Amino acid sequence: MATQTQIPVEVPVEDQRAPVIEPGHSFSTIGEKVSNIVLKRPVSLGWIFGFLVMFSVMNMLLMAMGYLFLKGTGIWGITIPIGWGFAIINFVWWIGIGHAGTLISAILALLRQSWRNSINRFAEAMTLFAVACAGIFPLIHTGRPWLAYWMFPYPNSMNVWPQFRSPLIWDVFAVSTYGTISLVFWFVGLIPDLATLRDRAENPVIRGIFGILAMGWRGSARHWHRYETAYLLLAGLATPLVLSVHTVVSFDFAVSIVPGWHTTIFPPYFVAGAIYSGFAMVLCLAIPIRAVYGMEDFITMRHLENSGKVMLATGLIVAYGYFIEAFMGWYSGNTFDSFLLWNRLHGPYAAWYWSLLTSNIFIPQLLWLKKFRTSTFWLWVISLIVLVGMWLERFIIIVVSLHRDFLNSAWGMYYPTKWDWMTYIGTIGLFLTLMWLFVRVLPMVSIAELRTLLPEAHVREEEEVHK
Amino acid sequence: MSDASVENSVYGLMAEFDSPQELVDAAHKTHGAGYKEIDAFSPFPIEGLADAIGFHKNNVALVVLICGIIGGLSGYLLQYYVAVLSYPVNVGGRPLHSWPSFIIVTFELTILFGGISAAVGMLALNGLPLPYHPVFNVPAFSKASDNKFFLVVSSTDPKYDATRTREFLKGLAPRAVSEVPS
Repeated sequence: MATQTQIPVEVPVEDQRAPVIEPGHSFSTIGEKVSNIVLKRPVSLGWIFGFLVMFSVMNMLLMAMGYLFLKGTGIWGITIPIGWGFAIINFVWWIGIGHAGTLISAILALLRQSWRNSINRFAEAMTLFAVACAGIFPLIHTGRPWLAYWMFPYPNSMNVWPQFRSPLIWDVFAVSTYGTISLVFWFVGLIPDLATLRDRAENPVIRGIFGILAMGWRGSARHWHRYETAYLLLAGLATPLVLSVHTVVSFDFAVSIVPGWHTTIFPPYFVAGAIYSGFAMVLCLAIPIRAVYGMEDFITMRHLENSGKVMLATGLIVAYGYFIEAFMGWYSGNTFDSFLLWNRLHGPYAAWYWSLLTSNIFIPQLLWLKKFRTSTFWLWVISLIVLVGMWLERFIIIVVSLHRDFLNSAWGMYYPTKWDWMTYIGTIGLFLTLMWLFVRVLPMVSIAELRTLLPEAHVREEEEVHK
Repeated sequence: MSDASVENSVYGLMAEFDSPQELVDAAHKTHGAGYKEIDAFSPFPIEGLADAIGFHKNNVALVVLICGIIGGLSGYLLQYYVAVLSYPVNVGGRPLHSWPSFIIVTFELTILFGGISAAVGMLALNGLPLPYHPVFNVPAFSKASDNKFFLVVSSTDPKYDATRTREFLKGLAPRAVSEVPS
């Protein structure tokens, strides 16, 4: 008769890697642990203090923007020839940070990487908040942000339309699509968890709020079937999207003729750089959050180590990009390209370029060593350094390329003003304020997806049941 | 007459299980016994559960395909209309219908329409948002988003019979069988 062979549904982790979820958890304990942060955990003094600090930093942004609307972009350090200063540097930096969230939620979902399940939720939230911060900059850089809707094609009494041959218009479409799809993806992922929170909430008002947001989700098998199809399709659509967004951002530069911008290496190297800085931000946030909220069971050393490996790999692609830029500067024999290389290494911004090489290429090589990849302290420090390095990269690309181009008589220098710094630091405040609220009002880890990782979530094949 | 009104006030019968395996097995048996109007509920997606209740194919992918194509076409036609017909601008003598520059916006709108339709289509086909559903009348159902698994036979099923269906469900060794008031 049929043999009673037990086919293991989950291949056990045989090597020395940490598990993706610590042993001893059941369907119920996962839901309890994650939802208690939202429903039960009292608001601590530390949280309030941190929130007030972040909120004040955010208000600095509002002040800087208010003064900007009053006075115009003249309060910034931008001049001719450097017309794209902090606004575009910070825009590219923030958009890049967002990329890791979509990479984790979409690309790793398609690749069936089970370690993504516990970090995708807050990585996607990070994407949304980073895109929100990024979106501010081109808007206020237009000078008259109240007319920003002119960038969208709509029939108007002026009888003009946007110029669709311009990369800047492509950017409008790419970034707004990216923001919208990230929001949709994030919300679709949240629906089953909102239902869990609705069912666990004791306070009727809170239950009502989560009830409305969960839209009557009841976990029907038919619903799950369509849900999984929709989620897979969203992942499939978001994957080319995330690769396209930073490609389009790089077109803003690559389509022009400025030395240092006009290169074909830009799209892949921008995408790799985006994922590089995004994973750095994921680590920067995940390490303190898992410690404060006791999430070590779900965000294990495996997640941190894997993120470190992704950083190392994308960092090497970025290093290759720098190398090719330098190589082409020498190999092309073009006066302006060779001068750009010389100017980066020895010009007035040489110290910035060397800091960039140190923080983006040299220091992250420590991640080759397991000792650094498995130390939360070192991972956190390296991530911070990479975030600074990626900001410097955009500074070098924008400012150093623009400040000395073809004509010596048109050379200049760029000095950011205090308003530039207030706007930039203010968006960090906005980002952290939103993050601060997010971890307290929504489940920061996907409950439903974590549950599917438990061995008891898997069922045997039909044939075996009816042996 | 009175019999019919009693049956109308009942949505169906609900059996409660402790594990995904028990639910899938029970769903197979119930569907095999000839019940067609059944549904299963779980806190997370279970592979094979939809098949077990006889739900094999959904139309989400078709919706996304159609909307994606509409998005792509409208993106391209919009640009063609703007750049060639409504507002032709001569840029360095290039052709007005400079299609390579139109690829990006076409692509983005394909993704935008497809992605939104995936979420909205999934919700619409699921009949969500739905402010009221009878299964929530069973107190134990609040565990359907936690660690319990439910199977419901609807009273509209042709084979449904209050007594015999209850006996059948009890034969599946559930933790409990309860009536779902509508």
